[in-house]
Amino acid sequence: MNLVQTRAAIPGRLLFGGDVGHRVFYGVLLALAVLVPLLNLAVPEGSALHLSTYTVTLMGKYLSYALLAIAVDLVWGYCGILSLGHTAFFALGGYAMGMYLMRQIGARGVYADPLLPDFMVFLNWKELPWYWHGFNHFALAMPLVVLAPGLLALVFGWFAFRSRVTGVYLSIITQALTYALLLAFFRNEMGFGGNNGLTDFKELLGFDLHHDATRVGLFLATVAALALGYAACRTITASRFGRVVLAIRDAESRTRFIGYRVESYKLWLFVFSAVLAGVAGALYVPQVGIINPSEFAPINSIEVVIWVAVGGRNTLYGAALGAVLVNFAKTWFTAAMPEVWLYALGLLFIVVTVFLPQGIVGFLRQRLGAAS
Amino acid sequence: MSQTGKQGVAGGLYNRIAQPYLGLLRHRGSALRQEELDASHGTILYLEDITVSFDGFRALDALTLYVDVGELRCIIGPNGAGKTTMMDVITGKTRPDAGSAWFGQNIDLLALDEPRIAQAGIGRKFQRPTVFENHSVFENLELSMAGDKSPWKLLTAKLSGEQRDEIGHTLELVGLLERSSARAGSLSHGQKQWLEIGMLLMQRPRLLLVDEPVAGMTPQETERTAELLLSLAGERSVVVVEHDMDFVRSIARIVTVLHEGRVLAEGTIDQVQADPKVVEVYLGE
Repeated sequence: MNLVQTRAAIPGRLLFGGDVGHRVFYGVLLALAVLVPLLNLAVPEGSALHLSTYTVTLMGKYLSYALLAIAVDLVWGYCGILSLGHTAFFALGGYAMGMYLMRQIGARGVYADPLLPDFMVFLNWKELPWYWHGFNHFALAMPLVVLAPGLLALVFGWFAFRSRVTGVYLSIITQALTYALLLAFFRNEMGFGGNNGLTDFKELLGFDLHHDATRVGLFLATVAALALGYAACRTITASRFGRVVLAIRDAESRTRFIGYRVESYKLWLFVFSAVLAGVAGALYVPQVGIINPSEFAPINSIEVVIWVAVGGRNTLYGAALGAVLVNFAKTWFTAAMPEVWLYALGLLFIVVTVFLPQGIVGFLRQRLGAAS
Repeated sequence: MSQTGKQGVAGGLYNRIAQPYLGLLRHRGSALRQEELDASHGTILYLEDITVSFDGFRALDALTLYVDVGELRCIIGPNGAGKTTMMDVITGKTRPDAGSAWFGQNIDLLALDEPRIAQAGIGRKFQRPTVFENHSVFENLELSMAGDKSPWKLLTAKLSGEQRDEIGHTLELVGLLERSSARAGSLSHGQKQWLEIGMLLMQRPRLLLVDEPVAGMTPQETERTAELLLSLAGERSVVVVEHDMDFVRSIARIVTVLHEGRVLAEGTIDQVQADPKVVEVYLGE
């Protein structure tokens, strides 16, 4: 009897058990990294097995969302910081990448100005704003992908956590933060392309963005970033730092009274999470080909929270799963029945909250746990 | 003296707004530069003329209290006497409007915040047991361990053999050795209280503040707790706030009675219970 029970428990544990679920995650990423380039580049276009470049890019987009979801899970699932403004960091990373891509257009723009991006010519600007200098160099632009969201998170978090703003109040000011940035980036005078944002990108590091191989390369870069980001999050959550973070989530004042500077822990975790979100944004922009202020919209950040809740928070891979599933559903719905999508999303959130409080991963764990 | 004693509007603003930020700068990563406690005069805690008001209500009214090194002191008093507020002041949760609070002769408690006070050697047990429910018993003690608690250090921190031994020793002392890998949330109420005491011990405190340790305990658990607290005093000073008079009688040498934010009486339990002022306060309830 005992033996049987032990055996029955094994497959469940292999798939979703506390320590093994992440192997499945790495396995899936590895399979994607091998199969997607093969099916797109090596299999001829007429074949039934051929994967269209459109699909490759779509998957790359989902995976950059998955990285964003992991970033949100890190602060929400592990530390109880419900950030409803994480797409602000995502968009900032995206804008940094977008500015680099804009400068790569050079004289190939509509107005053929060798220095000024089209929207600046259109606005009758005569010279490049100071903060656009240096963005023509990849090596100078990429640090900004990390620094812009990281610094914003550092300043915002320093004030918020220092003042012990928690719970719903913190969520509200994160919404305000992303909304303020939305309004700021809408303004033409900001010099980020206003309402239209940055688009019409041509090439990245000299590779044509419309070329299949470049698309596959971007997809692989996204897979790699997701794997590395995930590994970093796992290292953090498995360390004693991670245990302190969980302790803060469960009993904040207790943690403080045994001598931990709670605000420092929250701050560094938040900054790291913002950096991950920024990287996700930078990978997203060349694949979708545009970045505009709508990425800052508060609703987007709320959607990310729904992805995490659907997949299962406090698991990291659950967040990634949720991001991919919900976005797949979104792609399908907005093509088939666009007017239904928001209702479906709302319904999904209700169903998950009521019936799957631990998300899909939590549900599967429970089922497999019960089966054994 | 420190700047925290500043009075008036400017002082209030300074204490509420500027000081925490300056504190963050001043104390950044300075866990190792902690001043060593000096209690060579035999007194570990000096509270003098502490006054705390909440919207005009005086929770503490010029409270003066001294605790000796190695002493086990019980504090009793009716509800609203200021017992919890007093603990809040000592542990940095509440800043008094006036008065001074020193830990030994050299550590000004009013200049430190909660984590610094904890690192200086004051441990606090809450009324309701608060342990980290989702961590194992072992991890609860690991997290409570004395030492550098800066985020960057703990990313790579590993337990040394000595630290494992210390955790094992504490597990034994609080009687939870067999439950070491159990989820703390699965412990009984009494076991959680002991785990919390164990967590305090891991901080190697010089002064333990224990708020109602036997509330909700069975008689057997109460007895074990009394033994535990008695065994802790001596090496450390222990201050216990408790309502249960039988329990107080079983552990206390000196009892302090608080009433309306002041010390009403102090002495052995028999002296205190015979004091007409104390009788009046308790019977008048």
